[in-house]
Amino acid sequence: MDKNEIIEKEQIAPNIHSCTVDAPGIAKKALPGQFVIVIPDEYSERVPVTIADWDAEKGYVTIIFLEIGASTQRLAELNTGDDIYSFTGPLGKPFEIENFGTVALVGGCYGIGGIYRAAKTLKENGNKVICFSEARSKFLLYWNKKLEEVADEVRYSTVDGSLGSKGHSFDLLEDNLKSGEHFDRIMAVGCTFMMYRVARVTKPFGVKTIVSMNPVMIDGTGMCGACRLVVEGETKFACVDGPHFDAHKIDWNIVSDRRKAYLEEEIISKER
Amino acid sequence: MTDKQPSKKPKISPKKTPMREQPPEERVNNYDEVPFGYSIEEAVTEAKRCLQCKKPLCVQGCPVEIDICEFIGFIAEKKFKEGIVKLKEKNILPAICGRVCPQEEQCEKQCILGKKNEPVAIGRLERFLADWERNRGEIEIPPKHRPTGKKVVVVGAGPAGITVAADLVKLGHKVDMFEALHKPGGVLVYGIPEFRLPKAIVFKEIDYLKKLGVNLYTDTVIGMIKSIDELLSEYDAVFLGTGAGLPWFLNVPGENLNGVYSANEYLTRANLMKAYLFPKYKTPIIKGRRVATVGGGNVAMDCARTALRLGAEESILVYRRAREQMPAREEEIHHAEQEGVIFKLLSNPAAFRGDKNGWVKEAECITMKLGEPDDSGRRRPVPVEGANFRLPIDVVIIAIGNSPNPLIPSTTKDIEVSKWGTIITDPQTGKTSKKGVFAGGDVATGAATVILAMGAGKIAARGIHEYLKTSNW
Ligand SMILES: Cc1cc2nc3c(=O)[nH]c(=O)nc-3n(C[C@H](O)[C@H](O)[C@H](O)COP(=O)(O)OP(=O)(O)OC[C@H]3O[C@@H](n4cnc5c(N)ncnc54)[C@H](O)[C@@H]3O)c2cc1C
Ligand code: FES
Repeated sequence: MDKNEIIEKEQIAPNIHSCTVDAPGIAKKALPGQFVIVIPDEYSERVPVTIADWDAEKGYVTIIFLEIGASTQRLAELNTGDDIYSFTGPLGKPFEIENFGTVALVGGCYGIGGIYRAAKTLKENGNKVICFSEARSKFLLYWNKKLEEVADEVRYSTVDGSLGSKGHSFDLLEDNLKSGEHFDRIMAVGCTFMMYRVARVTKPFGVKTIVSMNPVMIDGTGMCGACRLVVEGETKFACVDGPHFDAHKIDWNIVSDRRKAYLEEEIISKER
Repeated sequence: MTDKQPSKKPKISPKKTPMREQPPEERVNNYDEVPFGYSIEEAVTEAKRCLQCKKPLCVQGCPVEIDICEFIGFIAEKKFKEGIVKLKEKNILPAICGRVCPQEEQCEKQCILGKKNEPVAIGRLERFLADWERNRGEIEIPPKHRPTGKKVVVVGAGPAGITVAADLVKLGHKVDMFEALHKPGGVLVYGIPEFRLPKAIVFKEIDYLKKLGVNLYTDTVIGMIKSIDELLSEYDAVFLGTGAGLPWFLNVPGENLNGVYSANEYLTRANLMKAYLFPKYKTPIIKGRRVATVGGGNVAMDCARTALRLGAEESILVYRRAREQMPAREEEIHHAEQEGVIFKLLSNPAAFRGDKNGWVKEAECITMKLGEPDDSGRRRPVPVEGANFRLPIDVVIIAIGNSPNPLIPSTTKDIEVSKWGTIITDPQTGKTSKKGVFAGGDVATGAATVILAMGAGKIAARGIHEYLKTSNW
């Protein structure tokens, strides 16, 4: 319904872009944890992307995306002043937010941006908020200052040890839990592998863990079932029933198989 | 020379003037439309078969009451312009209805000629007029009423919404239309394939709607970006034509394996996202060598025929009843058979099995037989003990039906829905349980037909107009 003009675009880390779009209707309605469906140009796919930030007054919405497939590559090629072909949202249910006590927010890859507004809102609701931000190396981290401004504490992990603890965020989280640290709730946004590992780490400690699923989607409104996953034996559509689910109730085998469905096609469509 | 002139009218041909079409072996390799449509001569010949009954029965079979005899009369006299004007008085989507309506169940079923011979080919003549006008490039814009100052919002740009929008804008109301997807048209665009309904035709009709003065906004999911209550604060009335877009699954083991699609997903990839032009268009679709489509309706036929065009070696239709019970239009079944779709009737999948990477590789099917009639009047399929069989396949499409998307009712507490999820409406006016909100089409009836959605749109437009005039609820 808006013109979807790109107001600002920046490569914030290698292959990771932030893009601010003029979309007042969405900016007015967005809540933490919701997403948009973006079609960069008429040939592209419908790509679901988490809303990382927004400014309701200015009418701006910011997304962070990883340049991986043909369609996100096309999105990365657009510049300030260009109109995005289609930009639909807000979609999905927002994060459940109340005063839980102490909350750990785990973000990796696009999810570092994905946890930012949740951290802000959780803090405003009286929680103690600890963010876990992870990447392979220090230069792949972004929004450190933004997160530090809204959270009580940000804990970094890098696989090469260039910043914070060496290893993954879930390794650090496991150490923290083992040493007796208490969390009332854990939320994770990022790649499937990371979220799966967070789920495995937190399960023995019985901490309620919410993950933000990112399956293949088409419409994003519950019309196609492409995004389906199995939660406690029941089929759910991530776009409307989620994207946030209890990590300990998800059938992760199905999730990982379904994510691999279009690997070959991805390669072909990138080559052309 | 003059002494042997026939005194009687020429004898009426017992059969419809045939419509030329692409040969099956050719068309399975392309996405072009199958039938070519009548030439002027063919149309005039066919129109002359019409008896021009004083009290035409055909009209009674038409959900939108087109003056069928009259427009056919104009074709017979080669007055095509008058014909299309007459046709469009009642139906703003003739190019579409001429192609996808089940005429054999409606107007043509009532045709007097049809009692002994084949009925007049009403659908083909409707299509002819609409195509004639479009190819001529001059579309008449009917005169508009004075602005009434009333504002109406139409949610969903399918046939129901299009009809409501057109009727109300012509009456002088301001009409805004919101569509969730990036293209308008509803099922006409995301569901029905190009080879049956070229999308260029649908977009032409949408252009016409815009020319009438309707403001169309795509990419707008009502219930998310705006609630119904918010719409009611901005508009005098709301029409919900959001269709029946929620896909059903069989709920059998293995249905979440890779390669198992809902019909909606499969068709949306192929049609809306143009996966048949991959990789020019970037949305992929798993083509499959042996594709099984489960179901027996129009949607199932569309999927099975799309699979052939995408290059499947075998496209197998798995249906739990017999051919006679198939809900698809006869023409669709016939076309599917001609093209080589394999019909596995009286069969129902009980489970799907996959390989170690999570890809579907086989369907375990139960053999069925027909038992006593059920609520729908069709004989109920019952399993035959010990007659299971395995069907090796690599893509499965589940085309067993859809119900309305719960998004709007679930975010609008005072809109009543039935136990099937359909919005409850007053059949005379389209009113829902919520003041100022009307609904019609598949969202009210469950998955039905284009023409019934348009008929419901007509009724709701009348209901809305009345409400805007009187404010009576
Ligand atoms: C594959 C297939 C083949 C078919 N073949 C035939 C045929 O040959 N002949 C025939 O007569 N009928 C056929 N049908 C049925 C026919 O297409 C439908 O009955 C008809 O389109 C219903 O019209 P509608 O306007 O009620 O809904 P739809 O066409 O479903 O349109 C609803 C629109 O509303 C939009 N929408 C939904 N929710 C929202 C929201 N929250 N906010 C904004 N927009 C929203 C949807 O995106 C969609 O565009 C077929 C259906 C399918 C799926
Ligand atoms: S993306 Fe289509 S149903 Fe979720």
